[in-house]
Amino acid sequence: MTETPRIPRASRMGMWLFLFTEILLFGGLFLVYAVYRRANPEAFHIASGELSLRFGAINTVILLTSSLTMALAVSAFERGLVGRCLRFLAGTAGLGLIFLGNKAVEWSAKFAHGLYPGNPILEARPAGEKLFFSLYFAMTGLHGVHVLVGVVVLAVTAVLAGRSARADAARVHEKYGGVVENSGLYWHLVDTIWIFLFPLFYLIS
Amino acid sequence: MSAESATRGYLDAPGGARGLRSWIFSTDHKRIGVLYLWSTMFFFGAGTIFGFLMRLELIAPGRTIMKAQTYNAMFTLHGVIMIFLVVIPAIPASLGNFFLPLQLGARDVAFPRVNRLSWWIYATGALLAFFAMFAGGHPPDTGWTFYVPYSVRTDTNVTLAVLAALVLGFSSILTGLNFITTVHVLRSPKMKWMKMPLFSWSIYATAWVQVLATPIIAVTLLLIVLERVANLGLFDPVRGGDPLLYQHLFWIYSHPAVYIMIIPAMGIISEVIPAFSGKKVYGYNAIVVSTLAIAFAGYLVWGHHMFTSGMSDTARWVFSFLTFIVAVPSGVKVFNWVATLYKGAIDISAPLLYALGFIFLFSIGGLTGLVNGALATNIQVHDTYFVVAHFHYVMFGGTGFAIFAGLLYWFPKMTGKMYRPFPAIIAFILMFAGFNILYFPMFILGWMGMPRRYYDYPKGFTSLQELSTVGSWFLVAGIILLAVTLIRGLRHGTPASANPWNARGLEWRTSSPPPTENFDELPDPTIEEPVR
Repeated sequence: MTETPRIPRASRMGMWLFLFTEILLFGGLFLVYAVYRRANPEAFHIASGELSLRFGAINTVILLTSSLTMALAVSAFERGLVGRCLRFLAGTAGLGLIFLGNKAVEWSAKFAHGLYPGNPILEARPAGEKLFFSLYFAMTGLHGVHVLVGVVVLAVTAVLAGRSARADAARVHEKYGGVVENSGLYWHLVDTIWIFLFPLFYLIS
Repeated sequence: MSAESATRGYLDAPGGARGLRSWIFSTDHKRIGVLYLWSTMFFFGAGTIFGFLMRLELIAPGRTIMKAQTYNAMFTLHGVIMIFLVVIPAIPASLGNFFLPLQLGARDVAFPRVNRLSWWIYATGALLAFFAMFAGGHPPDTGWTFYVPYSVRTDTNVTLAVLAALVLGFSSILTGLNFITTVHVLRSPKMKWMKMPLFSWSIYATAWVQVLATPIIAVTLLLIVLERVANLGLFDPVRGGDPLLYQHLFWIYSHPAVYIMIIPAMGIISEVIPAFSGKKVYGYNAIVVSTLAIAFAGYLVWGHHMFTSGMSDTARWVFSFLTFIVAVPSGVKVFNWVATLYKGAIDISAPLLYALGFIFLFSIGGLTGLVNGALATNIQVHDTYFVVAHFHYVMFGGTGFAIFAGLLYWFPKMTGKMYRPFPAIIAFILMFAGFNILYFPMFILGWMGMPRRYYDYPKGFTSLQELSTVGSWFLVAGIILLAVTLIRGLRHGTPASANPWNARGLEWRTSSPPPTENFDELPDPTIEEPVR
């Protein structure tokens, strides 16, 4: 293997460190989830039945597919196929937006049923179920924010990658190759977190 | 040397840009370090004023100069400012930013623009903290720990203060991420790991703690905001939540944060002591290993803040035992510093005095930490002035004095000027005496049962409280004298040579102040220049 140049090495390392911090950020919430689920197994079981398994499963498929298109975008860029890379980036961002749209529909259904903190319908339920829904909104909400940020990152990446179509390919690749790869890493992390969220909220009833 | 020091190096911004813009938009790690230094020193002044006023209130029992609610706000702001705006960023983001690339023989940090962004985020957090203090409503009154359930129920500006701490956390994460990458990628190719300067080692270890601990406080504080804004109630017992869980999450970060504050301070001491002993540091390897050991073990002891909160006996003795383990590497360092002084050609100058002050005060702070860490005595001293005295000995007597030592040591390099040493020594005497008069009585008061954060106290405690307040006057006088000395040095100081202390380290092999690119020609760390 040839020696990786210093700057791409730095950007890759910085990105991995950033991903560590993201994992820890969600890790705090997973810890809270673990503590409360252990204290209220029954209530979590019942409350989970309120979630739409169909929506959750469809969203999981959408996000996993978006990871595939993201990987294809990265590999297209590696091979210098900028146009192909841009199409896959657009596809990935589009799937991300569909995911968010589904999420919005799901959340509004919960709101319509009064299943949100502060609403008398939820407040009348046992404590464990209230905790479940608080965690559901906090964790899928924070994850949704990450998907939204990811879509913005993909748009910026597409602009930067697009520039390389109009310039000296080798030089641009050196400059922006890390950007495409890093936004890919971020996108995969966001997917991975969903892969944990999905069973913990939807599959425990 | 005079031709060299006639240039203003990085202080002349490239492209002839001038004024504040050339600092705020600069990506030069030296300029960002100086920005951080001014900001942290500004907030240090603000925090000191709050502390000074609190001591003045406590000079006599009952109401003296302020209402009880004002006092509550004051100890909260004193804590929030000193912890989040001063002590955490003070060494890594200012002196670390300035000297890490220089010590590594690099031209900048790995991500200069991220570095600038982290200062902007810091400034945003500072602005939020400012609004929390003075915006409509009341300043926060929870103490810097924001314990639930009170932090969720109080109608003071807790949301703003918590957001400020949250934002400052992100700034700290970015700094840490940047420094780790810098050490790995930009370190001079000829510099082996075990040849890296000890200050750089300490910044490196600290950076890992910043990256691996701060996200936890971020998400915890986010939950507090959500509890207040959206009634999430995850820590509310009425809704099945557990307030103790908040304490765990809070201290999982905030204990390692103590090491974000003290490890870089130890790094400064490990540079200053050898420089003024005319020797190499004693036991370099032991200091490196103990630095990493402290950073690692620091993760595992958070429970010692909660011995009286309600934990199983097993959890309590395990946390107590681990706490004692941390004392071992700290002790190793103290012995190494003292052994470095032994038979050295000691030059009693201002930076060394502050470093010696550090060793003395940190030792008292560290040893009384064991009193807190032991289960039986903890129950007696928990939440009393004893704890207040302990952490001020570590955080101010330790980190504070180390910052002053580092500032005095590197001042010629940063500014290209020399300060007058005599007033800096007088300032040390005032501060050292004032510090002990201020905080030592607190050990006794705490042992006698004086609780922390109380506005009032029984008449029997008056004389020790008075003594403590008098100490604060000496301490503040010392701080003012030091500030005046340094500012006078900045404006009227004589030009400094490249290596005024005959110290080792690559930062002394470039001009004072260094050029924007740090070195005209990158130095070779394997060649040891003779120390004159």
